[in-house]
Amino acid sequence: MGIRLDSVTVAYDGNVDTLALDSLDLTVEPGEVMALLGPSGSGKTTALRAVAGFVRPVSGRVLLGGRDVTDLPPYRRGIGMVVQSYALFPHLRVDENVAFGLRARKTARSEIRQRVAEALEMTGMAAYARRHPRELSGGQQQRVAIARALAIRPDVLLLDEPLSALDARLRSGMLAELARLHRELPDVSMLYVTHDQVEALTLADRIAVMDKARLQSCGTPRELYRSPADAFTASFVGGANLVPVTVGTGGVSFAGAELKVGTNGVAAGARATLCVRPHLVGLGQGPNQLAGVVREIQWRGATHRLYVEVDGHTVMADVRELKAPPVHGDPVTLHFMPDDAVLLPAEVSHG
Amino acid sequence: MAEAAERTRAVRGRSRPPGGSRTSNTAPRPFGALAWALPPIALLALFFLYPLALVVQQSFRPDSGGTSLRPYADVLASGAFRHALWTTVWLALASTAGCLLLGFLLALVIAFVPFPGAKGVARFIDVYLSFPSFLITLALLFLYGSTGIVGSFQFLTTPWGVLLAEVTYFTPFVMRPLLAAFSQLDTAQLEAACSLGARAPRIVRQVILPEALPALAAGGSLVLVLCLNEFGIVLFTGAKGVTTLPMLVYGKAILESDYPGACVVAVVNVLISVGLYALYRVVSRRAGA
Repeated sequence: MGIRLDSVTVAYDGNVDTLALDSLDLTVEPGEVMALLGPSGSGKTTALRAVAGFVRPVSGRVLLGGRDVTDLPPYRRGIGMVVQSYALFPHLRVDENVAFGLRARKTARSEIRQRVAEALEMTGMAAYARRHPRELSGGQQQRVAIARALAIRPDVLLLDEPLSALDARLRSGMLAELARLHRELPDVSMLYVTHDQVEALTLADRIAVMDKARLQSCGTPRELYRSPADAFTASFVGGANLVPVTVGTGGVSFAGAELKVGTNGVAAGARATLCVRPHLVGLGQGPNQLAGVVREIQWRGATHRLYVEVDGHTVMADVRELKAPPVHGDPVTLHFMPDDAVLLPAEVSHG
Repeated sequence: MAEAAERTRAVRGRSRPPGGSRTSNTAPRPFGALAWALPPIALLALFFLYPLALVVQQSFRPDSGGTSLRPYADVLASGAFRHALWTTVWLALASTAGCLLLGFLLALVIAFVPFPGAKGVARFIDVYLSFPSFLITLALLFLYGSTGIVGSFQFLTTPWGVLLAEVTYFTPFVMRPLLAAFSQLDTAQLEAACSLGARAPRIVRQVILPEALPALAAGGSLVLVLCLNEFGIVLFTGAKGVTTLPMLVYGKAILESDYPGACVVAVVNVLISVGLYALYRVVSRRAGA
C-alpha cells in the first residue's frame, strides 16, 4: 500500500510562525523503502507522526493506498510502528506483546497463536517467547518490537530511528536484518526516519532529505550521492567539498585555476558551488590540479584524510593509506576527474 | 536521656579501631551503627511505645481492680462493639474502593486528557491533601445539611453520608501517587498500543492499569488505614447511628469514663490497622511490586 503526503503542514500549538512541517509533498510507492533523512528538528519525525495519525495537519491530506486517512484516528489506520525506545509493554511476555495488536483486532485465538509464532520466527525471537522484555538486550527488544508491528500484517511500516539506541556493531547487524525483512515482505511500504546517512543509503530505495521543516530533495541514494541538487543534500548525504566558483566556458575558475567540469548549460560568468566527494580527490599530478598547503592530516586506518587549504578554502581528500604521508604545512597538489564534480547553484553554505 | 547519650559515647569509643586501618571503612561496624540508632530508638520508645504500652496495660485493668481479661470479655460480648467493628470495617473498605475508582478515573483525565488548567488541578490536589478532614464534612453540611443549599437530604446523618465524605476527602490521597506513576509512563507505549489498533478502554486496561498497580496499592492501603481510624468526619456528620471504633473509644473514654473498655477498643483498632498493613505487605510482595 502506498503512502502519499499531499502538501501536509503541521504547526504545534497552533503556532503558524514556526511550522514543524511546511507543506510536505511525498509519495512512497507500494513496497518501497523511503528514508526520511535529516538533522534533528528537520521535521522528519513529524512527517512520520502525521502518517501514523499522532499529529493532525493544519492543512493538507494524508493518503494510504489512495484512501484519505487524514481524519482517521491512529487505531483505525492499520499501520505498524517501531520507535527508538522499543516501547514494549513491560508487564507482558514477549509473545503477549506480539499478540497485543491481534487481540485488539479481535483475531481468532488459534490464528493469534500461529501469527505470533510466525512473527517471532521471522525476527529470530522464537526462543524468547516466554521471557519478559526486561530480560532481553536492546537488540532483542527491538526485534520483538518489529515482530509486534509485523504481527498485524500492516501494509505500511513506520520506523522512527529504530537503530539509534543500539551500539554500532548491533546496528549493522540489524540493518542487514531489516533489509532481509524487506525482501521477505516485498509488499510492505516502509517509511524509515533516520539522521544516519549510512542507514539511509544502505536500506532505502529512495531518500527524502529534510531540513528546517521542508523537503530539500528526494531521489534514489545513487542520484543523491552522485549528483545532488543542492549543497545541503550534498553535505548531508556523504561528506562533500563545497567551494564557490565562477562559471566559464567548458569549466569553472577557482582559486586562479581553470578546472574542467561539465557546466551543463549554466551561463558563463555566473557564480556557482562546486561539489566534489573527498574520496574522489587524488593526491599528486592529474587533471584539474589544485595547489595548497596541508593544514591537518588524520590517519583512519585504511585511508588518510587530508585537510588542504587552497586559497583560503579547505578541501578534504580521502586517499588510500600513504606510506610517507605529508606533514602539517607541506605544499601538496590535489586533482580530481572532470566527471566526478557536480556544479550546484551558488548559495551560502557551511558544508 | 543523659544516660543513653553517655552509653552512646562509650560504645562509639570502643568501636573505633586504633590507628585508622584501611579495612575499617569497608568492614561492617555493628557497634558504631548501634550507637547511631540508639537515640532515635530511645525517643521512639519514650514518646510512642511507652504510651501505647500504657493503653494495653490499662485494657487489662478492670475498674473492679486487679489484672484480668474481663474488660475484653465485656467489650467483645457487647452488641455495640460488634456493630461498631462491622460499621468501621465496611465503611473503610467501601470508602477505599470508592476512592480507588474515583481517584483512578480522575487521575486518568488529569494525566492523559489535555485540557487547559490540568496542571493547576494537579497542584490543587497537593494543597487539598493538607486540608483537615472535618472541613470537607463541614462543606458537605452546607450543601446537603438540613438547612443546606441543595436541600435537606437526611442521608448525611446515615452511613452513606459518612461514606460520601470519606470518599470526597480521601480520593486525592490515591490520586497523588497515581499522577506520579502516570507521569513516569512512556507515552511511546500508549502510541504503540494505539497504532496496533487498541482503543482507549483497552489501553487503560492493558497498558496503563498494570503500570499503575503499585501506585494503586500504595494509595489504597494508605486510605484504608486512614479510613479505619477516621474520627473527625464521623463526628462532624453528626450521624447518630454511625458508630465506628474510634467513635466508640471516644464515647467510652470521654462520655462514660470507662477507660478499660476504651483501651480494649483502641487495642482492637490498632490490631486491625497493623493486620491490614501486614496483609498489604504480603500481597504486594506476592504481586512482585
